[in-house]
Amino acid sequence: MSKTIAAISTATGGAMSVIRISGSDALTVAGHVFSKNLSDADGYTAHFGYILENGKKIDEAVATVFRAPKSYTGEDVVEFSVHGGKTAALLSLQAILRAGAFPAAAGEFTKRAFLNGKLDMTEAESVLGIITANSAYDMKLQMNAKGGAVSDAVKEIRDTLISAAGDIAAYSDFPEEDIPNINAESIKQKLVSSAEKIEKLIKTFSAGQVLHKGVNTAIAGSPNAGKSTLMNLLCGRERSIVTDIPGTTRDIIEQTVMCGDIPLVLYDTAGLHETDDRVESVGIDRAKDCIANAQLVLAVFDGSLPLSDSDRELISSLEKEKTIAVINKSDLDTVDNDYSPLTTVTISAKTGDGKDELIKTISEITGTAFLDPDAAVLATERQYNCAVSALSSLKEAIETVECGFTLDAAGVCIDDAVASMLSLTGELVSDKVADDVFSRFCIGK
Amino acid sequence: MTTYNAGECEVAVIGAGHAGIEAALAAARLGCKTVIFTINLDWVGNMPCNPSIGGTAKGQLVREIDALGGEMGKAADANTLQLRMLNLGKGPAVQSLRAQIDRRNYSSYMKHTVELQDSLSVKQAEIIAIEKSDNGFLLTTKMGAVYSAKAVILATGTFLKGKVFVGEVNYESGPDGTFAATELSASLKKLGVQLRRFKTGTPARVLKSSIDFSVMEVQEGDEGLSPFSYSTKTSPKNTVVCHISYTNENTKQIILDNLHRSPLFSGVIEGVGPRYCPSIEDKIVRFADKERHQMFVEPCGEDTEEMYLQGMSSSLPEEVQQKIYHSIKGLENVDIMRTAYAIEYDCVDPLCLYPTLEFKDIPYLYGAGQFNGSSGYEEAAAQGLVAGINAARKIKGEDEIILSRSSSYIGTLIDDLCTKGCSDPYRMMTSRSEYRLLLRQDNADERLMPIGREIGLIGDTEWEEFCLRKQIKEAEIERLENSYLGPSEELNEMLVSAGTAPLDRGASLASLVRRPQITYKMLSPFDKERADIPDSVAFKVETEIKYDGYIKKQLAAVKEQQRLEKMEIPTDTDYSKISGLRLEATEKLTKVRPKNIGMASRISGVSPADITVLTIRLRGEGK
Repeated sequence: MSKTIAAISTATGGAMSVIRISGSDALTVAGHVFSKNLSDADGYTAHFGYILENGKKIDEAVATVFRAPKSYTGEDVVEFSVHGGKTAALLSLQAILRAGAFPAAAGEFTKRAFLNGKLDMTEAESVLGIITANSAYDMKLQMNAKGGAVSDAVKEIRDTLISAAGDIAAYSDFPEEDIPNINAESIKQKLVSSAEKIEKLIKTFSAGQVLHKGVNTAIAGSPNAGKSTLMNLLCGRERSIVTDIPGTTRDIIEQTVMCGDIPLVLYDTAGLHETDDRVESVGIDRAKDCIANAQLVLAVFDGSLPLSDSDRELISSLEKEKTIAVINKSDLDTVDNDYSPLTTVTISAKTGDGKDELIKTISEITGTAFLDPDAAVLATERQYNCAVSALSSLKEAIETVECGFTLDAAGVCIDDAVASMLSLTGELVSDKVADDVFSRFCIGK
Repeated sequence: MTTYNAGECEVAVIGAGHAGIEAALAAARLGCKTVIFTINLDWVGNMPCNPSIGGTAKGQLVREIDALGGEMGKAADANTLQLRMLNLGKGPAVQSLRAQIDRRNYSSYMKHTVELQDSLSVKQAEIIAIEKSDNGFLLTTKMGAVYSAKAVILATGTFLKGKVFVGEVNYESGPDGTFAATELSASLKKLGVQLRRFKTGTPARVLKSSIDFSVMEVQEGDEGLSPFSYSTKTSPKNTVVCHISYTNENTKQIILDNLHRSPLFSGVIEGVGPRYCPSIEDKIVRFADKERHQMFVEPCGEDTEEMYLQGMSSSLPEEVQQKIYHSIKGLENVDIMRTAYAIEYDCVDPLCLYPTLEFKDIPYLYGAGQFNGSSGYEEAAAQGLVAGINAARKIKGEDEIILSRSSSYIGTLIDDLCTKGCSDPYRMMTSRSEYRLLLRQDNADERLMPIGREIGLIGDTEWEEFCLRKQIKEAEIERLENSYLGPSEELNEMLVSAGTAPLDRGASLASLVRRPQITYKMLSPFDKERADIPDSVAFKVETEIKYDGYIKKQLAAVKEQQRLEKMEIPTDTDYSKISGLRLEATEKLTKVRPKNIGMASRISGVSPADITVLTIRLRGEGK
């Protein structure tokens, strides 16, 4: 039996991402997130379907099944090939981890391959450098990440948990000492408040990703509002084909651009309107998905025309916190339309007028939405996974207390949570709880 | 000095305290010709500090020692004055037995036990030199007797260069007014053993009739408890009570006024004291806000009027001690019979030992007890037992015995000492075990008796009784899983009054036991087919059903850890030649020389990435 692990095993930025799942339960775990059951799949077979979470499609994917020992690691392996645009792979990985896989440590696939006799020493040696380098990079990230805000927030949670564990330890280990009695309710309070903080921290992960991977930005709007022209303006070159024929952009076009200090992953989407064209309507469905999943939406409107029904529908469907209404075609006569409650910027995508104003607004919106410079942000998947596993241990501890179990049972769950928080900051589990007990309680025969 | 040849033995044990006794008995019982040396034969198995055995985690240790075939549990049961189960109601993981012990009777029992043991010779002698010889070691006594031994176990306690401190007074001494072992340290250093200083202390003993118990709280024993040893058939009777009183503002002021006279604060004591067992002056200084500190008055035995004042250890001058004690309610006129003192002694950094307790650099030399940096009678006995077993097995050419962390507190204790080391005298606590729901006092037999049997320290009767207990337990769990109760008015009334949901359809008895609010006992009136099983087995049945989910989770963690423990690291591994390890990891690994990857992963300063590098390199070299 080997623990089932998963990770994105391709470098970011490619056209495709591969998520590898390896271990005894690889097929079961993969089956949980895939639209098709894979448990009976033969080795060396590929299956087309969708990555799902709670019945919701995350991405299209091809699952390639490898049966032990004929796989990279020598264990059962499923590799999902998903779209290359950063978020798809991450969302899929998160779903896989929630389905029961453990995050693979740096070099773990290779380690397993080696231990299972699939690699020779020379091959294995070549990955050692990478492991060391990765861990150094990771450490550096932790140290520097946002001026230590991560570690401050994590330390606060960690210290609360250690003190909860310390309370239980003192109460259990020194029953004959004059130690204040604790009640389950006060322990629960500490756990619940820590769980809330961890949840908050976990939510920063997608924000943290922004720093490294870019803000997913959908350019949306009615046909011919000038979406592709805007895309090209922001890209600084012709990326989307611009014609005056509505529906030219049928598939989603993706491009990463720097907008000030913030990387934007732009998705130019099909124009939203009623259509009988089957190909175009598929494009429109995709556009709607893309808008729903985007972290930022640039809703483009033709300022020279009154709002259409599709325009109004779009305005009402968007969240104002993550949307900028881009009123295009300022080079023409403009109509006085009501875009509320959206933030508006008027530009001419064609001439470039208003581009600076747009970039400024994007910075402001993304800044407030994602990038509070003083907030703690989980920057790496490893940190994220530590936080997730700490949260799950904590929830178990809370449930244990709520059910009325004795505190020794809750204690072991809290220990697990402490261990996860310590590994998040790269500290080793040591005698921190004992240290806490000795420093806070007067104990002595 | 003229020396003479005093004969040969296989195992020599230096020290006849709690560690030395277990080491010598185990080695002798495993068939080795053994000699045990003590500076004073009247102090075999002495309790120079509290007259009690057990306590949190320590009670588990005693049960474990018993399950492996050690002596401490039997001796404690035979000399118990009062027995309590600590942490009743706080959960099965943290319940621990604690017994007040008749100190002199305990010592006599142990002295007699070692005297009666076959293959064991008991000598009153101070060992002043230890040297290597062609086939082992040569031990020289103060009288010039030279013993040759294949293996030596150092269990010197606080005797090794012991120095007692009371205020401005200090002098060379062992505990309780014995002679210190003054010469052995130099000889050990010559052998390459690095020594350091630790410190501990003990409170005063006072005259019973001078105490006003009427103003103190009484603490009584619990009835009907199972004793420490699986072979003790009757529950010890409670014949004494303990009392509780508290320090006050006046006590605090006296201490603060005289702090400059404490050798701890004036810097005369260089040894590191235990954090969990601070002197009263230490407590007052470190916890200045605390209004009062608790004190227990414990009887030292049935044939003595000496009372032990737990919580009041001190190294302040004798006259100050008198003032301090007199300031406490009930002790206003107390008559001090023995003064409290601090004692400093030589010991080793246990990182120089393998988890067999053998020195890494000196084969056949073992350490146990306070010599290894631990504290406590139970911790000492546990190590003595393991050292004795391993010395005997090594001599016989058998495999070493290393108990895993998941098997026992003994394993956890030794692993902590040998992989993490200790910066102050190490005391066992339940919170030190990540597997504490598995390492319960109720199941020490299931965890360790098969190992004790295999080693050869568990006799046929004990083994058969154990197998029977296990069968009864398993059959009862099986029965509860497969017996169903229908909803009845009486049952639902009971369930609701206990604060849980009534039944609307049939449920297995086990599913009801699983409810935290329902006990095995509460179901008795409804469980018509229940056979009469011993309370200790019933406790185990209830615990294993109720905590099943948590136990399974811990077992899964154990399995994951075992994978790492199975990956052995050759003892001659040259870590400096392993590229990819960080410098700190290289240094720590070189020092600790872990036996396997699991142990390596617990060393502070060794990161997960280092472990990966190490694993891959090791596999590569093995090919």
